[in-house]
Amino acid sequence: MFKHITHTTIYVTDQDEALAFYVGKLGMVVQTDADMDVMRYLTVTLPDDDSLELMLLLPGPPLHDEATAEQVRELIAKGGAGGGVIFETDDCVGTYERLRDLGVEFTQEPTERFYGTDCALRDPFGNPLRFTERPATSARPAGRAAAAPPR
Amino acid sequence: MSRAIEDRNRRMLRARDTIDRSFAAPLDVAALARVAHVSPAHFSRQFRAVFGETPHRYLQRRRIERAMELLRDTDRPVTDVCLDVGFASLGTFSRTFSAVVGESPSAYRERTQATRAPQYVPACLEKTLRRPVGAPLP
Repeated sequence: MFKHITHTTIYVTDQDEALAFYVGKLGMVVQTDADMDVMRYLTVTLPDDDSLELMLLLPGPPLHDEATAEQVRELIAKGGAGGGVIFETDDCVGTYERLRDLGVEFTQEPTERFYGTDCALRDPFGNPLRFTERPATSARPAGRAAAAPPR
Repeated sequence: MSRAIEDRNRRMLRARDTIDRSFAAPLDVAALARVAHVSPAHFSRQFRAVFGETPHRYLQRRRIERAMELLRDTDRPVTDVCLDVGFASLGTFSRTFSAVVGESPSAYRERTQATRAPQYVPACLEKTLRRPVGAPLP
């Protein structure tokens, strides 16, 4: 049916602050920054992998009426908006130390798990992010193929 | 008004993240209130307004969730698990665990280890999804 996931959304409450974080601190790059009159369409991607674009959307008109936007902003702030991204890295501890020194808010320090080493952080707005370093031996975590046949 | 609620929510989330990180330590309301920039007298009420349960209850369920993982995925003795997750007495731990999970720590271990099959679930989701909800705490 489908080939790739190309875009995913994360709601942010300030797009300039989002750029300062996702580009300035996490090292992503701007893919599209378009003034569409009614809204600013802003996407970022990874410098070495642009197969997935992360849309940094601002709640509000024309996507939401103002009352709905207010609810979305309140949910983002308490970590309940539902968005989130997991990155893969070759160096979990080194990345953690670099970002920590930049003042990034971590919710979990690098931890060994059976699928690799990972840690967790929040973006400035409250969205949960995570990055994983897979063990050198396994290219992909096991479990999925056995869990359910393709439909 | 919305800005004020957003700001409060973000500060309360920071406090809840602090509870998650230091779940084995005693609940330090004064320190959490400082993280959230509210007075200790207001902290628990505001936390409950944002997350629907008191900080104490949130912490107890986080500890039970951590204990469930250790019982399921390690061979640490129950007494060590109890101390690892922040309970000072085995009696309180067993009572709380049984009330929340519906079976004793050792029964839970026996049942889950018998059927254990590793599956890849990112730790953040696992911690959120497996933190037990519903049953009252003793």
